[in-house]
Amino acid sequence: MSEIIFRTQGITKVYDTGEVKVYALAGVDLELYKGELTVLLGPSGSGKSTLLNILGGLDHATDGQVWFEDTELTDMSDRDLTRYRRDHVGFVFQFYNLVPSLTARENVQLVTDVAPNPMPAAEALDLVGLGKRMDHFPSEMSGGEQQRVAIARAIAKRPQILLCDEPTGALDSTTGVQVLEVLRDINERFGTTTVVITHNAEIQRMAHRVLFFQDGKISETRVNRDRLAPSEIVW
Amino acid sequence: MQAIDRKLLRDFKRLWIQAIAIALVLACGVAILLTSVGMYTALSETRAAYYERNRFADVFVHTTRAPLSLVPEIAQIDGVLSVEARIAGDAILDLPDRIKPAVGRILSYPEDTAPVLNVPLLVEGRFPNPVHTDEVVVNAPFAAENGFRPGDSFSANLKGQKRELTIVGTALSPEFVYTIGPGALMPDNSSFGIIWMSERAAAAAFDMTGAFNEISVAIASGMSPEPVIDALDDLLKPFGGLGAYDRTTHQSDAFLDAEISQLRGMAAILPPIFFGISGFLVSMVMGRIIALERSEIGLLKAIGYSNTEICLHYLMLAGLIAIVGVLLGWGAGTVLARSTAAQYAQFFNFPFVIFRVSYWVYAAAGLAGLATTSLGAAQSALKAARLAPAIAMQPPAPPRFKRSFVDEAMAHLKLSQPTIMILRSLLRWPIRSAMTSLGLALAVSSVIASIFINDALDEIVDLAFYQTNRQDAMLLFSDDIPETALEDVRNLPGVLQAESQQYHTAILHHGHLSKRVAIEARPPDTDLSRVLDADGKPLIVPPGGIVLSVRLARQLDVESGDVLEAEFLSGRRETYALSVTGLVEQHLGLGAYMDLEFMNTLFRQIPQLSVANVTLDDHQMDALHRAIKDLPKLSGIIEMNDNRRAFQDTVEQNVVVMNTMYIVIAVLITVGVTYNAARIQLSERARELASLRILGFGRGEVSYILVGEMMLIAVIAQPVGWLIGAWIAQAMTNAFTSDLYAIPLVLKPATFTVGSLVVLCAAFASAMVVRRRLDRLDLIAVMKTRE
Ligand SMILES: Nc1ncnc2c1ncn2[C@@H]1O[C@H](COP(=O)(O)OP(=O)(O)O)[C@@H](O)[C@H]1O
Ligand SMILES: [Mg+2]
Repeated sequence: MSEIIFRTQGITKVYDTGEVKVYALAGVDLELYKGELTVLLGPSGSGKSTLLNILGGLDHATDGQVWFEDTELTDMSDRDLTRYRRDHVGFVFQFYNLVPSLTARENVQLVTDVAPNPMPAAEALDLVGLGKRMDHFPSEMSGGEQQRVAIARAIAKRPQILLCDEPTGALDSTTGVQVLEVLRDINERFGTTTVVITHNAEIQRMAHRVLFFQDGKISETRVNRDRLAPSEIVW
Repeated sequence: MQAIDRKLLRDFKRLWIQAIAIALVLACGVAILLTSVGMYTALSETRAAYYERNRFADVFVHTTRAPLSLVPEIAQIDGVLSVEARIAGDAILDLPDRIKPAVGRILSYPEDTAPVLNVPLLVEGRFPNPVHTDEVVVNAPFAAENGFRPGDSFSANLKGQKRELTIVGTALSPEFVYTIGPGALMPDNSSFGIIWMSERAAAAAFDMTGAFNEISVAIASGMSPEPVIDALDDLLKPFGGLGAYDRTTHQSDAFLDAEISQLRGMAAILPPIFFGISGFLVSMVMGRIIALERSEIGLLKAIGYSNTEICLHYLMLAGLIAIVGVLLGWGAGTVLARSTAAQYAQFFNFPFVIFRVSYWVYAAAGLAGLATTSLGAAQSALKAARLAPAIAMQPPAPPRFKRSFVDEAMAHLKLSQPTIMILRSLLRWPIRSAMTSLGLALAVSSVIASIFINDALDEIVDLAFYQTNRQDAMLLFSDDIPETALEDVRNLPGVLQAESQQYHTAILHHGHLSKRVAIEARPPDTDLSRVLDADGKPLIVPPGGIVLSVRLARQLDVESGDVLEAEFLSGRRETYALSVTGLVEQHLGLGAYMDLEFMNTLFRQIPQLSVANVTLDDHQMDALHRAIKDLPKLSGIIEMNDNRRAFQDTVEQNVVVMNTMYIVIAVLITVGVTYNAARIQLSERARELASLRILGFGRGEVSYILVGEMMLIAVIAQPVGWLIGAWIAQAMTNAFTSDLYAIPLVLKPATFTVGSLVVLCAAFASAMVVRRRLDRLDLIAVMKTRE
């Protein structure tokens, strides 16, 4: 396959809550390839979000190394991590995390205001099929629409990587499928490396590759020879 | 506009009531800072410029009569730059269209040159021509008050000689910025005027040819006046020198100075309180906003906003509040400064008005406002900046409630669940509850510290006018006259009762302490002017004794029974040892009292008097007024009712303004604190309260939790507010105490009640306004939203 965009070596993450130490990640080695759509599958608490946060530069690993292309993220300062996120990463979260006091367009502008080479906010919203609802506030939109705004916001900067933490977790099946379709569309159209976290086993079938998570480790890797279109997935 | 700035404006719009509530408190601070610092600089600069331009002297002395040949000698004193000698005397004036007599202070005006010191500034007309001895210049306020123009004339009783004087000009003088007649408590320009006449005319009128009785000197800048004062006293001793004094004792300058230091005190004490409260409110509100916007902060970080940008974003929210507050404060301050300036214009006679607040004061007040809100927001903004993005995305851990002995106690008391919720919340945020309570306590104290003055003034007036000085009028004589003249006074039309009194200037010495005072001597059995002890019983001063007012005694560090030395500056200028036989509480002046007969014996003189205290028949006032205008040797008359009314009117007018201002301030503080605290309560507990509603609690019960907690905090604030209020009142009475007057500390239960009522009502109203939001609480929406 193509070039490696992410590589990790033995990363661990330990939360020291005082009484007990929680090993959220217990030595993860992985490689992610450019243009690939990867699904991280695993039970709740298995460390998926922790890994995604480290890849996205939101968090530091306790130990181990992470490379983004040729740069090592592990030792970066907060300032450099901010730069890295600003320039390369798009995030989508389970609870959309829109700013309630900003309209759809303005939520996207939050990103285009600071990214180096963004697309117009309107274009990003068009891509997720919300071109007509740009001036609505989050409270005036359904969950699925809000999540699509969040995706528009994530892709508006033309990121190299799109990290999605349970993007359908708060949605019903129909709206979830719409969101997944947008994700696949972006992945195919722009070749954006996409990582989707889910604990919903059905969703794995749209991925190029599936990483199974168990107790802070990757327990299994599977390559899908026949990918399903999101519209063929039901849950 | 950037999206993040749009978020800022929308957040501000959503919070606007809270923001305004804070901004109003901040505005108070800015306005008072602006007024006090602005007026302080305006007043001190105006004074400095005026004194400089018109060469206000540094040391002053009065004598009975000294030869002009002494002037060169005085000029030789080390450190003396220039000397101005003149003739001065008081006279009863008979003004056309005015039945009551007025008093004029007559000052000689040099013939060939202008005065070198205390130069009068001509407002209108010209100075008197020495050839025409009837020409005079009067001070402009006196002319204005009586409708005089150059060319008008009035008559004066100059040592028993009635003279017609023609006004040729009006003037102002740095000596009379605050112009107050003999024995008066408040300036009254209609009944007291300054009259400049040519030296020749003044010398003839007061029998002072070749002599002078007042001298002013200017000394080298930076030099202490003490050596000059001592040298002057030595030189003038043989000529009845009444003791030289510097500007601090100069009546007009002392009043100006008291006002200036009051402004300085105001600038130092009040604004920090307002800034502190608004800083606290900002920090409370920002803390809540940041708790609510945790996930938004996390998101901003995730998409690449830097810590600095996020910190600035929240600081700017506080900055907007500050801008509103500062703008309001500038507006209110400008109005307040203007009304203060108008008040000064009424009291102080300056030739030019520099009562304009400088731009730097606006800038400084604005910066102070901005700084305090930024400081208040800093902690929260930094917390936002420091929030790790991964953590920010997770919902916050629920606050940890721990069981404590308080819970055991509450369990024993069998309190209702809502009451337990109130108490637990208070204890959960002890610092916040305490600060909220403190804010309300300060509001209570502001009311108390302002309205206690009403009772204090009542006591001053009661003691001064109804207890101790029961005469209707005091007739002042230019020289001491034989006591037999009291018979003549009794024979004046309308005089019912007349009693004699004598004044002697003396320096009281005790150890290394000394004080120049006017000693009042009176017969032991007076009925009108009395000295009262603590129980309100008349105090008799035995021969050989002296009774002092408590404040004077404190200044001299003497107690009842101590012996002090009295160095008399009048009569034979002898020094006697006197034993302090009693102390009296007194609010106006620094009184010292002796027995009149004993005084006459000491001075080895036939019985004499300086003042006749009289009671009058109201129906014969006009006849009396006509008669005394021609009374020889009469130099002034003090009508006690006028004096009291002038005092009450002016002071009460100011007190009403002050009370209103402080009550408004207290209400603003209360609303600012309570409204914000209740909004935060509501926001933190929306889920909890909605759950209770879903469980079947009624609106009343749920409101009780919200309003109950606010009112509990307000009630706890009361005793603290009483204490702080009493303490501030005490500090104010100390700060306002001068040789001129003292404000007694009168704290009545009603004062505390009013303070508490104002704050409790305002707090309740604010809490009820927030409570209305409970009715609009969308139960389902609240339960659905993820915090
Ligand atoms: N801030 C934290 N403090 C302590 N423990 C944490 C924290 N964040 C996550 N964990 C723990 O780390 C483990 C992995 O969490 P996470 O990566 O969120 O799992 P997943 O996303 O797979 O559900 C869990 O046991 C979780 O409780
Ligand atoms: Mg997770």
